Amino acid sequence: MQFMLLFSRQGKLRLQKWYVPLSDKEKKKITRELVQTVLARKPKMCSFLEWRDLKIVYKRYASLYFCCAIEDQDNELITLEIIHRYVELLDKYFGSVCELDIIFNFEKAYFILDEFLLGGEAQETSKKNVLKAIEQADLLQEGHTDVGQVILLRCVCDSRRSVSAHSRKFDLIIIHSFSVVTRLLGKRS
Amino acid sequence: MSDVVEKTLTALPGLFDSQTGAAKITNRLKQLIKSITELTSKHEEENLMKQELSAMKEQVSSPNTTMKQMREIMVRAMYCEMLGYDASFTYIHAIKLAQQGSVLEKRVGYLAVSLFLSEGHELLLLLVNTVLRDLQSTNLIEACMALTVVAQVFPKDMIPAVLPLVEDKLSHPKEIIRRKAVLALYKFYLIAPNQVQHIHAKFRKALCDKDPGVMTSSLHIYLQLIRESPDGYKDLTGSFVAILKQVVGGKLPMDFNYHNVPAPWLQIQLLRILSLLGREDQSTSELMYEVLDESLRRAEMNHNITYAILYECVKAVYTIHPKAELLEKAARCIGNFVLSPKINLKYLGLKALTYVVQHDAKLALQHQMTIIECLDHSDFTIKRETLELLFRITNAQNVTVIVEKMLDFLRGCNDEHTIIHLVGKVAELAEKFAPDNSWFIQTMSDVFSIGGDLLQQDVPNNFLRLLAEGSESKEEDDELRLYAVDSYLTVLKGDAAHLPQRFLQVMNWVLGEYSHLQECVDQREVIRLLTKLLDQRSVSSETRVWILSALTKISEGQTDLILDLSESLSSSQDTVLRQQAQELRHLSQDSQLHEWALPRGAPWDSIEVDSSLSFLDGFVSEALAAGAAPYKPPHQRQEELCEERALNLEPYSFSLPVSLSSCSITDRQSPTMLSVSSGISGNSTELSQKAGSSTVILEGVKRVWGKDGYLPQKETAASAPPVDEPSVAVQSSGQQEAAERTEPQPEPPTQNQDKQQLASSLFVGLGAQNSISLLGKSEAPPPRFRKKPRPHESSSSSGTSERSSVSSSRSSHSTTDSLLYGSLLEEEPATSISGVNHTPKSTTANGLGQNKHMEGDRRTNTSQILGSDMVIVRPNTIQDKYPSSVSSDLTALLPPDLKDLPHSDVISLTSDPSLSLASCRVFRDEALLLVIFICNCTETVIKDVAVQLTCEELQTASLRGNVVDCLEGRSTSVCHYALLMDDPHTNVSFTGTVSYQTQPGHTNTLSFSGTLSTADFIRPLVVTTEEYGKLWLSLSHDVKQNLKLLTAAGDPLRTTLNALKDALQLHVVDIIGSEGIVACRLLSGAPCLLHCRVNGAALAMWLRSPHPALPDCILYHCQRALAEH
Repeated sequence: MQFMLLFSRQGKLRLQKWYVPLSDKEKKKITRELVQTVLARKPKMCSFLEWRDLKIVYKRYASLYFCCAIEDQDNELITLEIIHRYVELLDKYFGSVCELDIIFNFEKAYFILDEFLLGGEAQETSKKNVLKAIEQADLLQEGHTDVGQVILLRCVCDSRRSVSAHSRKFDLIIIHSFSVVTRLLGKRS
Repeated sequence: MSDVVEKTLTALPGLFDSQTGAAKITNRLKQLIKSITELTSKHEEENLMKQELSAMKEQVSSPNTTMKQMREIMVRAMYCEMLGYDASFTYIHAIKLAQQGSVLEKRVGYLAVSLFLSEGHELLLLLVNTVLRDLQSTNLIEACMALTVVAQVFPKDMIPAVLPLVEDKLSHPKEIIRRKAVLALYKFYLIAPNQVQHIHAKFRKALCDKDPGVMTSSLHIYLQLIRESPDGYKDLTGSFVAILKQVVGGKLPMDFNYHNVPAPWLQIQLLRILSLLGREDQSTSELMYEVLDESLRRAEMNHNITYAILYECVKAVYTIHPKAELLEKAARCIGNFVLSPKINLKYLGLKALTYVVQHDAKLALQHQMTIIECLDHSDFTIKRETLELLFRITNAQNVTVIVEKMLDFLRGCNDEHTIIHLVGKVAELAEKFAPDNSWFIQTMSDVFSIGGDLLQQDVPNNFLRLLAEGSESKEEDDELRLYAVDSYLTVLKGDAAHLPQRFLQVMNWVLGEYSHLQECVDQREVIRLLTKLLDQRSVSSETRVWILSALTKISEGQTDLILDLSESLSSSQDTVLRQQAQELRHLSQDSQLHEWALPRGAPWDSIEVDSSLSFLDGFVSEALAAGAAPYKPPHQRQEELCEERALNLEPYSFSLPVSLSSCSITDRQSPTMLSVSSGISGNSTELSQKAGSSTVILEGVKRVWGKDGYLPQKETAASAPPVDEPSVAVQSSGQQEAAERTEPQPEPPTQNQDKQQLASSLFVGLGAQNSISLLGKSEAPPPRFRKKPRPHESSSSSGTSERSSVSSSRSSHSTTDSLLYGSLLEEEPATSISGVNHTPKSTTANGLGQNKHMEGDRRTNTSQILGSDMVIVRPNTIQDKYPSSVSSDLTALLPPDLKDLPHSDVISLTSDPSLSLASCRVFRDEALLLVIFICNCTETVIKDVAVQLTCEELQTASLRGNVVDCLEGRSTSVCHYALLMDDPHTNVSFTGTVSYQTQPGHTNTLSFSGTLSTADFIRPLVVTTEEYGKLWLSLSHDVKQNLKLLTAAGDPLRTTLNALKDALQLHVVDIIGSEGIVACRLLSGAPCLLHCRVNGAALAMWLRSPHPALPDCILYHCQRALAEH
């Protein structure tokens, strides 16, 4: 795959991922031309498009167009299913995804894409594995690791006993850690 | 304790606030997004973004900004970039964030890096250390992030720094890490195949990985490898088939199912690999018939994904060695596609048909009605694919209808790429299958007017060449030319101003060249028409030049018309036009000169052009004697310019070689003698082009008058809309004829009957005729226009003097060829003891005699060597039967003059009961000599022994001994080949055959093959340290890598360099402390400089060369040489 673009029905770009090195100017030109061409096509037309020396495979989901560029010898149908699998992943992650999710959390959408496609090739096709990888990284984002969080909590409690002064700061840390752990536990169950 | 709880409760709200701090910050992004969506005009958006960006700029440069805030800024920057606003000031901060942030900030930092910086961005160098650290991190997430970024943006020259670490990850316990490492290596392979050559064994391990995800990833690499050389991986066919069988049988975990289909991505990848392996290989194909059959059978569910697999299956079935049963099933599948109401499937069906009709044209017949329907489909994509299919099934009977369809499509099409593509195809069909002259000329007129100035230059060039060179029969040629003249005159009489420039140029050339054939048209009329055209405003100056040269050709005897014209043009702004006007005036006044310069109707080949410009030799030598600077060809001047630039920029070059990894080169300067070379800002061409004395000059002089120099090359920008007039006009004259031939007039098919009729005209020649052809009739009718065989397909050339440029480029071809071999081939044909030896001599260029090329002294050297002839050894010298055991004795058979040169051991190539072949490589300075020993193992005489050697990557020249009339029993003959490598390849293989007769009339052949490596073509480059320093700065392509250091005995650097020197014929220039400099060159061509530095236990190697691929090749052989040591 050469690149993937997500854009809205109004022609606003929502996501872009380039797997071939191109200059910014070229990227902009390609994006502009492609958005125009794809938006001009009627709904009943076929999802493939010969464009320059590339094949464009696109599909519309609600108000969002997903558009991939592949080489001539690549399989168009499987690319269509790659798009679909990506949408499934987004859907599972955000819980019935809509365009707004992608607008406001586009960096998450990128993270998911990077776990699914790497360097333009399908990296992991098992839905479970992709989501597992994302979740693991997300957990880190919230605290450190869950185990680490528990250990930290322990340490803080221990040290608090030895510290005579009632430091408010310590309390805060404990509570912070508590809340994280309970949330983690909630997520697990 | 209650006290604590109480406090907790009170503190809770504040805590949540700080906990969701990140969320609060991201509110700023939300704010931004919201306010942008609320805006109504582009202008407002621009203003808002300007504010936003300047706010961000302030924030990032403030020292108080925390990493957390930075992360938020980065997300906003990504958003700005996506909207198309430049946020490049944040790039460096993205790298910083990846470097310094905690895991969660790092994640955003890496994402920003991969989005902002594409391969080759200079800031990426700053990322190397971060990536190295994260690759070594025990934190899984960090390692994952590093691998992801490595697989996305790492450029070629940074790969060596991370390669060992990525390689290690292949045996990581976590499958996600292994998977990402495999994909990173796949990416490396795509960018720099030579650097990952040594890990092919590990790829095999990845293929056998117990995790299906890792195994799937490794298939990307295998697909690529097999695409490049299927022969090397035939042994894996069984494994691939076994994997596919398991997948199809549902043996993989359910996770990999997609809509109840087991691992479709994996299946498709495997099918692709199998089709590559089975192509033109019956035995390999047989291994996969069963599993392909199974795949076709299993994929019955009606879902896109099964169709995707089916499509790949069908392609595989038609690519591998055919099996009737499978073909039948595949054909049925295609039917399902084509007949499907779903438009995507229909499209794929057409695509599959396009692929399949090459093997079996009858399949198109089955679906002819569908194809006709698709031809009128409202969807552009479907229409175009249908035309592509029709193009494949075109033959002499249906060409008129198909071309008509294509032209119709083109008239309604406004996509540039499609027009260029299809117009080329129409021209190809017209040339191949044209039923008659009128149709051909008319179609080409359509091509020119529709294609306009977008047209690729080779279309008009091919057309003109076809007209000019003609076929065997002169009458036919003249008929065609006459027709062209007639129709172009008609076109020009109409409104020609808006025709495309290319079309006008073609018409002018034809009229200039052939209008004299048409006797009933007054030449004055033609001149008047052309003059009128010359006055048109819309005509570009390039076309004017064409018009003038046409006028020059036909102006003879019409002085009155010409004089005015040339008078008015001699004051033109355009110098070329002015010059031509002058020529025109002179020629029109002097008919004798005209006759001599532009002989009318002279046969094409009889024009001889002295491309060496030998008549100017006197002038050149006089000028040289008077102190003129010798001529340098443009490329040499360019090189010098680069070199000068390199020298000028020198102070800055200090900062360029940045240390790549923590453990690699740490000094920040060019390796050697920087201070010395900076003092001498000389002209270092003398160094690189060592013997570039007066001899190179003549070679260069030719180029001045080559096609680039003389002819105007300006591209015309104006494109005129396509016109119908010409075709209509032309049609009127040729309509009768055309109508007779194409019975079903191509009309827009409105009714079913029309469609039927169209079908019969489209698919004629595919059905019945085809079955007859199976009975033995020749399939394709002979093409109407057969081009004369040409020695060289000279590259397309444009311009006024097509004639001279074609022939000059042709002869310059042969000149360069023989220049390359000049010293080697100008030998007397060797005469052997057993008879005359037919060494095929290449034509010696006529101009070469005067060219005292730089090889002058070498030539004498060679002739001495070759003075001694083929060696025939008496039976008693060689008694043994098998070459492997003779090999040591065979060295003795080397001609005495070659014996002293460095040479390899003699290795056996092949043998059969009567002959055995062995070879030896002799390393001569200007070429690699491959000496082939042909031993007669029998007691009887073998006759007519002929050796033929081929190698695509190398230039081969037979020196002598490749044909022996008679080889007596138990004797050995020696044959020499000189090999040259132009483009470095790590390894090249050569193949060859020996044919011989044991009994008269009974010819045997024996084939052999072997491999040569770059190392065979490398020679030491003897330079001094100062010269090395200068040369180093002038070279552009460099590669760095750490190599193993041999620490066995004594000084490790010296030991290692000596080992390399022995293995690769390098020249060790100097060793200073812990650094060593080494130089070599590719035969007489590109130099390669190596700078080695001991760095702990490794040898940091830095290579530079003017040739991009050479350092990689040499590095590869260095690695191997050290590994073997």
